Amino acid sequence: MSDWLELDAVAWRARATQGGAALCAGVDASLAAIASLDGQVQAFAVNLADSARERARALAQRLDAGEIPGPLFGVPIALKANMCLEGVETHCGSKLLKGYAPPYSATFVQRVIDAGAIPVGMTHMDEFAMGSSSENSAYETPRNPWDLSRTPGGSSGGSAAAVASCMVPLALGSDTGGSVRQPASFCGLFGLKPSYGRVSRYGLVAFGSSLDAVSPLARSVRDIEQLLFVISGADPRDATCCDLPALEPGSGDPPEATSLRIGVPAEYFGAGIEQGVRETALAALAELKKLGAELVPVDLPHTSYAIPTYYVVATAEASSNLARFDGVAFGQRASGDGSLQGMFAATREAGFGEEVKRRVLLGTYVLSAGYHDKWYGRAQRVRTLLRQDFERAFEKVDLIAGPTSPTTAFRLGERNSDPLAMYQADACTVPTSLAGLPAMSLPVGFTAAADGTQLPVGLQLIAPALEEARILRLAALLERATGAGSQRPPLAAGEFS
Amino acid sequence: MSPLRPDGDDWIFEASGTRWVPVIGLEVHAQLATRTKFLCPCAYEAGAQPNTQVCPVCTGQPGALPQLNAEAIKLAVRAALALGCDVAPRSKFDRKNYFYCDIPKNYQITQYDQPYCTGGGIRLASGRFVRLNRIHLEEDAGKAIHDRGDVTLVDLNRAGVPLIESVTEADLQTPEDAAAYLTALREILIYTGASSADMEKGEFRCDVNISVHPEGEEWRTKVEIKNLNSFSNVQAAIRYEVPRQILAWESPDPADHPVQETRLYDVAAGVTRSMRKKEGEADYRYFPDPDLPPILVPAAFIERQRSLLPELPAARRERYQRDLGLSEYDAGVLTLQRAVADFFEATARLSGQPKEACNWITNELLRALSGDEIEATCIDELRLKPFDLSELLGLLAAGKVGGGAARQIFSLMLTSGRAAGEILVDLGLEQIDDEEQLSEWCREALAGRASVAAEVRAGNLKAIGALMGPVMAASGGKANPTRVRELLLRLIHDAD
Amino acid sequence: MPETPLDILRRTAQLARLELTDEELARLAPQFQAILEHFEVLSSLDLGGVEATLAATELEDVKRADDPAAGIERSALLRGAPDPRDGYLAVPKTIGAAPRTNAGGGS
Repeated sequence: MSDWLELDAVAWRARATQGGAALCAGVDASLAAIASLDGQVQAFAVNLADSARERARALAQRLDAGEIPGPLFGVPIALKANMCLEGVETHCGSKLLKGYAPPYSATFVQRVIDAGAIPVGMTHMDEFAMGSSSENSAYETPRNPWDLSRTPGGSSGGSAAAVASCMVPLALGSDTGGSVRQPASFCGLFGLKPSYGRVSRYGLVAFGSSLDAVSPLARSVRDIEQLLFVISGADPRDATCCDLPALEPGSGDPPEATSLRIGVPAEYFGAGIEQGVRETALAALAELKKLGAELVPVDLPHTSYAIPTYYVVATAEASSNLARFDGVAFGQRASGDGSLQGMFAATREAGFGEEVKRRVLLGTYVLSAGYHDKWYGRAQRVRTLLRQDFERAFEKVDLIAGPTSPTTAFRLGERNSDPLAMYQADACTVPTSLAGLPAMSLPVGFTAAADGTQLPVGLQLIAPALEEARILRLAALLERATGAGSQRPPLAAGEFS
Repeated sequence: MSPLRPDGDDWIFEASGTRWVPVIGLEVHAQLATRTKFLCPCAYEAGAQPNTQVCPVCTGQPGALPQLNAEAIKLAVRAALALGCDVAPRSKFDRKNYFYCDIPKNYQITQYDQPYCTGGGIRLASGRFVRLNRIHLEEDAGKAIHDRGDVTLVDLNRAGVPLIESVTEADLQTPEDAAAYLTALREILIYTGASSADMEKGEFRCDVNISVHPEGEEWRTKVEIKNLNSFSNVQAAIRYEVPRQILAWESPDPADHPVQETRLYDVAAGVTRSMRKKEGEADYRYFPDPDLPPILVPAAFIERQRSLLPELPAARRERYQRDLGLSEYDAGVLTLQRAVADFFEATARLSGQPKEACNWITNELLRALSGDEIEATCIDELRLKPFDLSELLGLLAAGKVGGGAARQIFSLMLTSGRAAGEILVDLGLEQIDDEEQLSEWCREALAGRASVAAEVRAGNLKAIGALMGPVMAASGGKANPTRVRELLLRLIHDAD
Repeated sequence: MPETPLDILRRTAQLARLELTDEELARLAPQFQAILEHFEVLSSLDLGGVEATLAATELEDVKRADDPAAGIERSALLRGAPDPRDGYLAVPKTIGAAPRTNAGGGS
C-alpha cells in the first residue's frame, strides 16, 4: 500500500487513473501515512480524512463512469491553514481565528479540487504567516522530517514537512518574503513562488497584499509545473491577478542549457551565508556550467536595503489587513472594558501572538501621521530601486542564481529571542518578493550541521516577471542531471514498502 | 433660540459692535444607482432583512478581495461632468484605517490624494457660485443600530455600496444657500441617473461645516454637523449653529470658545450637541490599496459620457419659459423630476399644445399620482403614456369632447390604460354638434323664457346662462357649449 | 517635548487597538527601538527622482460588469459570529456615530 508514498504527483495521478479502486487506495495510503507519522512531524492542524475519503469515492465513481480525469486526479494535497476551503477551519495559526470556518472557498483551492486533487488536511504555520520557523503559532509546531529537533522553516513549515515526509506528494503554501522557498530549502523540496499576479490571491488570508503569492511545494519539478498550471490564470475576483493564460506544463522543457546565461550576484554569497550553504550552492552552479550554462557576475547593489524595505512595506499592509480581526463578525472575542473599542483591543490583545503584535505595531507606526513619509513613503521608493536592480541585471542574464537561505534548518527554539536576527534570515528571498519576480528553491545537496546531521541546501533561481518557464526548464535539467531532490528522509523511507 | 438676528439677506450678524460672517461648506454622500455594490457583486436594495445582501467581500471575510464595479465609475463620471468637474485621467484607491463595528475590514476603501475628479460647482438661482473642491469614490459602511436594547446591532447590507462624496469649498453663507445648493445637487444627480438620491432611504446624506469670523478677519475654527436627514434640518441646524458660535466667541472666557469638533443635530430639540472633541488629529494612516490597480478614465470615455448627459433641470426650466411660454412656477413643477419633464416634453411635442399639456400634467396627472385612486406613485409606472394624453388634448382641441367629459375620460385612462377615443365612444361622451338637434333644444329652452331673452337682447350676455342650463340638461351634458351659445344668440336676435 | 520610545509604542498600540500590558510594553519597547534603529539605513539613501512602487503589477483599470451574483446566506455569516442576535451581529453598546470624519483633503 505505502509504495504510493514515493510517487510524485504526476506518477500518482497516472496510477490513480487506472481505476476507482486504485484511486481510493492511494488516498488511503496518504491518510495512513499521516496517521502514522504526523504525531512526530506535526504538519497538520486540521485532518480532513473523512472528507478526503468521501471525495475519493465520488471521484472513483466518476472515473469508473468514464469521466476524463483532471490534471491532479486523485492526488492528495495539503493546504496551508491560511487558505479558505468552505466550511473547514482556517485558523491561520492564530488563537483569534480558532474555529473559524470560512463561508467560501479560495479560487486556487477550488481549481485544485476541480482538477481532481483531494485535500487531506490544513497545515501548521506561523501565525498569519509571520515567521521563518513556524514556531510563532498558537498551535503545534511542525518538525523538519530530516531532523525532528529542527524547524522545517516557515511560515509554510507544515506544508513543507508534509511533503518532505511523503505524507502527501503536493502542498500549497504562501510566500510573502520567502515563506515557501525557505521551507523548501530546509526540507529538500522544490518550492516555487510564482510572479506576483500569476496566481489569484482570492481566498488566501492576506498578510502583505502586494507581496503574497500562493506557491506550490513538491518533490519534482514536473509536479510544481502541474500544480502551477492548475492554480494560475486570470480570476475576476482578484484585480491584481494578470489576465494571462495558465502556464502549460511542458512549456519549460527544452533539453539544453547551452543558451542560458546565469547571473551570480556577489551580494547573495556575502557575509552571513554559512560555509556549507555557500559551498553547496557554488557546487550546484558549477554543475550548471558543466551543463553548458554561462555564469555571469551581476550586481544587485541595493540588496542590503531589502530587509528594512520589506519589513516596512509588509508590516504596513499587514497592520491594515489584520485590522478586520476585531471580534465583530467572526473569530473569537474578548469583552474588555465593555465598550466597543475596548472589546476590539481586548480581542486583539488576547487573540494575537507576540510576533503578530510586533509586526502590527511596526506597520501601524510606519503609516502613522508624522512618520509615514520617513518610513512607508521611503520604503516604497527603495522598492523601486530594488526592482530596477533586477531589471538591469536581466538585461545581461536570463536567470539569477544564489542560495535560498543563508543557513540550513536550525534547531527549534534557537532563534526565538531575537526578532531582528530572525528577520535577517530572509535576506535572499525578500528582494524578489519586493520586485514581484518568480523564484524557486530547488534542492541541490546536503551539508553537515555542527552535530553531523546532513541537512538539505536549496538553490534559488530567479527569473524576470512571468518567466516561470525559464526557471522550470533549468530546474528540470538540473534535476535530471544530478538527481536533485531524489533523496528522502529516513523517517519517510521507513513508511515505504 | 438666540436673540441674534442676521442683518439683511447676506446673513451678517451684528453683535456687540462686531459684524460676524458665517462660512459654510457642505459634504454630501450620495449612493450611486448601480445594481450591485461597489466592490462585490451583491445586489443591494434598502429595507431588506438585515445581513441578507452580503458576500465574503462586503463582510470582510479573511482572504476576500475587492472587485471594482465599472458602472460605479461610469455613473460617478457622469455626475462629475454634469457638475462641470475635471475628471482625472488616472486615479487610485486608498485605505482609510479606523476601527468601528460598521466597517467590516476596519478600513474603508476610498480615494485620498488622487480623487477621480476636482473642481466644478453649481450656480444657484441667487447667482452665487458654489465651488466644488473635489468628488471622490468610496464604499459605504454598514448600519449600526443603537436603539435596540443593551447592545449595538450591526447590519452589513449597506456595507460596500458605492458612494460619491462631494465636498464644496466654504462658499456658502446662509441656510437658504445651503438648501438651494443641496436641491440643485440632488436634482443633477437624479437627472444624470447617477443616484436616486432619496433622502429617506439614506441615498443622499449631508454634513455641514460651519465657522464664523468677524468681517475682514481670518477664518476661525470649523465645526462639523452630522445627522442632517432633510434639507429643512440642514437649514435649522445652520440657523441654530451660527448664532451659537457667535455667542461662544463673544464669551470673555476662552474656554467657552468653539472648538474643532463634530456635533450632532438633535431634531426634537432643534439644537446641535457636541458628539466628541477630537483627540488631536485623527490618524487614518492612508495608503494606496494594494488590492486595486489604478483606474483610468480616457478622454474618449469622458466625451462619450458627456454626449449622453441629459439637458439639466435649470436649462430645461429656462427653455420651457422662453420657448414654450410656461410660467416660472409651472416650469419648476415640471422639472422637479426628470421623468415628469420627459413626459411633459413628449406630450407637448405630440400634441403641439405645450400649455395644455402642462396644465393637464401639473393639475390632473400629478394630483392623481399623489392620491390613492391609482396604484402608480411615479410617472414611469403609469399605463397612461404621453401619446395617450396627447390624443385626449387633440379631442379637446377639436371640440370633440368637453372639459368635464375629458376629465372623466382621463381618470378612466389612468385606471384602465385604454385610449381616449375608445373610452369616448364607449361611454357616448362625444359632444353633440348636430345643428338641427341643438336648435331644437334651444327653441325648447327659449319657449316660456321670453324675459331672459329680452335681458340678453338688452345687452346682459351673462343672462344667457339661464338658457344654457336647460339645453345642457336636455342633452345629458353632451351638447357642445360653444355651439349652443352661438345658436341661442342667433335665435334671440333672429326673433327681433 | 519629543515622544519617548515608550510613548510612541503606547500611542501606536492605541491606534492598532492592541491593549498591551505594562510587561509587554516593557519587553517590546527596546525591540521596537532596535528594529527601527536598524532600519534607519533607509534614510541614508538618496531617493531624489525615484518614484514610489505603489503596486506590484503594472495592471491598470481592472473592472467588472455590474451583474449581480449570489452572495452568502445570512446563516453562513452568523454561524461564525461571536454574538449573532435576531439576524444581526451584536457588539457592545456604542453611543453616537462612528469616530471618524469624512475622507479626503477637502474643505
